[in-house]
Amino acid sequence: MNRRRLVQSLVLGSAAASVAACLGQRTRPSAAKVVVVGGGYGGATAAKYLRLFSNDAIEVILIEPAPQFISAPLSNLVVGGYLQLADLTVSYEGLRRRHGVTLVHDRVTSIDAVGKSVSLGAGGSIRYDKLVLAPGIDPMFDAIEGLEHAHAQGRILPAWSAGRETTALHAQLAAMPDGGVFAIAIPEAPYRCPPGPYERASLAAAFLMQHKPKSKVLVLDANQDVVAMTGLFKAAWQELYGNILEYRNHCKAISVDGAAGVVRFEVADDVTADVLNVMPPVRAGALALQTGLANVNARWCEVDFLSFESKVAKEIHILGDAIQAAPQMPKSGHMANGHAKVAAAAIVAELQGWQLDPAPMLTNTCYSYVSGQEVIHSAAVYDYRAEQSTFRPVAGAGGVSPRRSEQEAKFARAWAQNIWADMLG
Amino acid sequence: MTQAMLLAALILPGVLLGASVASEQTPADLQTRSLAATCAACHGTDGNAAAASATPRLRGLDKDTLVREMREFRAGSRPATVMQQIATGFTDEQIDRLAEYFASPK
Repeated sequence: MNRRRLVQSLVLGSAAASVAACLGQRTRPSAAKVVVVGGGYGGATAAKYLRLFSNDAIEVILIEPAPQFISAPLSNLVVGGYLQLADLTVSYEGLRRRHGVTLVHDRVTSIDAVGKSVSLGAGGSIRYDKLVLAPGIDPMFDAIEGLEHAHAQGRILPAWSAGRETTALHAQLAAMPDGGVFAIAIPEAPYRCPPGPYERASLAAAFLMQHKPKSKVLVLDANQDVVAMTGLFKAAWQELYGNILEYRNHCKAISVDGAAGVVRFEVADDVTADVLNVMPPVRAGALALQTGLANVNARWCEVDFLSFESKVAKEIHILGDAIQAAPQMPKSGHMANGHAKVAAAAIVAELQGWQLDPAPMLTNTCYSYVSGQEVIHSAAVYDYRAEQSTFRPVAGAGGVSPRRSEQEAKFARAWAQNIWADMLG
Repeated sequence: MTQAMLLAALILPGVLLGASVASEQTPADLQTRSLAATCAACHGTDGNAAAASATPRLRGLDKDTLVREMREFRAGSRPATVMQQIATGFTDEQIDRLAEYFASPK
């Protein structure tokens, strides 16, 4: 039997019914190819679930410059000295080996939304039928005078993403004299991981209390109050770190002097510290901006929440921290993981010629360490409201921990273990 | 995708992305998989939590058990840290679909 007859017999045999069913539907010029740019919580999940939900029918290429995934959630435990970066590092190989995702470790330099292709740093380009863009965030260094310079010199490390800066920030804490000051400056919301900076302040306080008990932690917040799990953080600070942690609101940083260790604010008095962790505002990753996708204040990307397709470019789906979030939807890794699944299901349905799921759901659980041993959480469930074209929290669902506990630390570790496997395993 | 379908898809592109997916799931199946995926961040892909996970495995749980437990979470009669807050976000119909999905062998 020649190859053509083999194929015909295969098609007519095992798949005749489905081919007949399909001929009446939309057809594609070739097996669809989806390119995913960015291998964080959103992008890696999208790559895996595009394969799962299409029963491996869609070709998926994941482009990510980093050789391995490093989790930002839990990375404050590295700042506090409780974990190593290696504990938060997961290989991308599972996506290739177990799910048939093609991995390209390179940087995308530009997106041609009309010609539907992406250009690579190493040269060449890859065409796509659909693009999933999970560009993460970039710090807005220009929002705080002197910060870019202080950052370039390694004096002030925002450590918005997990990696070398996370380890270096711990090293700064470890090198601080007993009796020194660690100051963390928090930008106005929205930013990545609402409880993140407060968790970091807690773990820095825990570290200093144990190793340099004469030291002080200053939490300098541009917001009017702690923006997530307010009561739980404040109770933990008072009960655990009353003597060493001080919280100040309405502290919007406007300039820094890295060499002198000074941060200046719009209104509040200057602060001098031994270690300055000034976290500038953030916006969608540069690739989203340069492609013209960040249509909200030139910071965030507006999407259609049924598919996470960009409101300004067809066939480009945007996930995670980079989007203009729905009301009361935090910029979290867990949310990005959820965005990715809704987008993957929508892409599969669309390629199939099916209607999109009219009622997608999202869940979110953010665990935060308030000490090396105790954890608090915030949880929510979101459903899609057609009349508002957005997700809203389901009334009566969601909430926070009644109190901090060691039990929730077990759940926090289980969350990390399971979501990393859900993305990459 | 079966081996036959893979071969067909490779050699006769054009019709077969649709055929290969359609042959194995309906729009309703896809929506249920997507719904069940909202559990996966804490309970593992398809409910297959990691071996030593403090959050339980859902895959293979008897349907009636999962429905009962979710309703107890919602009613507040089953102690939990997070699950009362999550279960309250899902309707009876969604809980039935989830329980049926996780009860199926995979």
